[in-house]
Amino acid sequence: MRFIFPRALLLAIGLLAILAVPAARADEPFIIVASTSSTQNSGLFDHILPLFHEASGIEVRVLAIGTGQAVRLAQNGDADILFVHHKPSEEKFVADGFGVRRYAVMYNEFVIVGPAADPAGIAGMTGAAEALARIAEREAPFVSRGDDSGTHKRELALWRAAGVDIAASSGSWYREAGSGMGATLNIAAAMAAYALADSGTWLNFHNRQGLEALLGGDPILFNPYGVILVDKDKHPHVKSALGQRFIDWLISPEGQAAIDSFTIGGERAFTADAPADIVAPGQKQSE
Amino acid sequence: MTDFGAAISTAFALVANLDSDLSEVVALSLQVSLSAVLIASIIGLPVGAALALFRFPGRTFLVIVLNAFMGLPPVVIGLIVYLLLSRAGPFGVLGLLFTPTAMIIAQVLLITPLIAALARQVMETLWLEYEEQLRSLGSTPLRSLGVLLRDGRYSLVTAVLAGFGRAIAEVGAVMIVGGNIDHVTRVMTTSIALEVSKGNLALALGLGIILVILSVLVNGLVYVLRGIHRQGVTP
Repeated sequence: MRFIFPRALLLAIGLLAILAVPAARADEPFIIVASTSSTQNSGLFDHILPLFHEASGIEVRVLAIGTGQAVRLAQNGDADILFVHHKPSEEKFVADGFGVRRYAVMYNEFVIVGPAADPAGIAGMTGAAEALARIAEREAPFVSRGDDSGTHKRELALWRAAGVDIAASSGSWYREAGSGMGATLNIAAAMAAYALADSGTWLNFHNRQGLEALLGGDPILFNPYGVILVDKDKHPHVKSALGQRFIDWLISPEGQAAIDSFTIGGERAFTADAPADIVAPGQKQSE
Repeated sequence: MTDFGAAISTAFALVANLDSDLSEVVALSLQVSLSAVLIASIIGLPVGAALALFRFPGRTFLVIVLNAFMGLPPVVIGLIVYLLLSRAGPFGVLGLLFTPTAMIIAQVLLITPLIAALARQVMETLWLEYEEQLRSLGSTPLRSLGVLLRDGRYSLVTAVLAGFGRAIAEVGAVMIVGGNIDHVTRVMTTSIALEVSKGNLALALGLGIILVILSVLVNGLVYVLRGIHRQGVTP
């Protein structure tokens, strides 16, 4: 027993590290999709990705982050596909030459959630902007994502529509969480505050405590999702062919049906809306 | 708080059922953090010892920097590694982003300063004790380094374990460079963060309990190994 203990320890660690390697995964083709937390946290991807995998043999690796972060990541070439929900950012992404083309895939809506007691009295109102104006007027606590996500951008647009200068109230009744949708809802639940949420995450959110969906249905709350292939001209390593197959599948009748069939507690979470007349390059025309 | 009761039963059910997703996540956590500890120890222990033994200009500055780096926020390390490994960054061509390798790199950067700084502390104390004796035997600092590393081995284990503790528990760095991709880069801490964001607090806490148990097991294993070895050395 002459060998040195640290050496034995390092040896043991090395052995453990090797033993802990999970069974080698088959070397499948894969693509990286930069998406938003809503598509992941709602459970949509868990529902549709196995179907796509079965149809194509392609593994989809999802990064569930905010829209702002997802766009920056895709601009750096760190993803093959951008799948988010902020149309102006998406169109700019394509116009700037980072993306090939934006395809409409599906939509859901935003809802204003808040405590059941509803101190601002917005339940029963139909206009989202009016409801926010009421919340601002009563200075009822409101938790914002504050993270440059698609939901955050929409919320800021709603405040502008309501004619409220929200930056002035930051830190008082208006709290910017700087967090994802789920974390923001956790804070709103704990503070009995209002928040803007996408309906997918909201339906699948389990820590509601006293929160309820108080207002939805206003057309201004329409929440469309688009999918874009990152342009090979900007980033030559992008897996264009595999990525396009994913997009083709998403907007195909098969993919659209898969999206429509995803329900949470009996409610359809996303509604497929790829125009039927769009035929992507590479997709065979079966009609 | 009913969440605590639910968390304990959730943790128990996950372990009892040998949940396959859970074992995958646990295996990846161990693989990443143990690999990082191994690499960081190989770098950090000699660096720490050298800082203790050798006198050179700028040494004090290095020691201060090393000590300060013990407290670097994981999310900053994650950001730096992301920028380095991004396709737009200098090492983008390697295609390492969002792989376990990227997570290991980030954790090595995170814990090497910690291991080196603790090792330096241990070695310096020992060196004060041994310096005269070793010098009188005509030993150079370079040769003394080996002697000290061996004599300080039990104290150095603590430095290594501290590194492991920081690695297995951090979420900021692995979240950014790993991306928390299901079945690819999802580890214990990123799973916990994900479940919290879904509002599944009991499940998140249950996973936390399993993480703590895992950490206790690793530390216990090292303790037992050390005991066995001690008995083997001193007859």
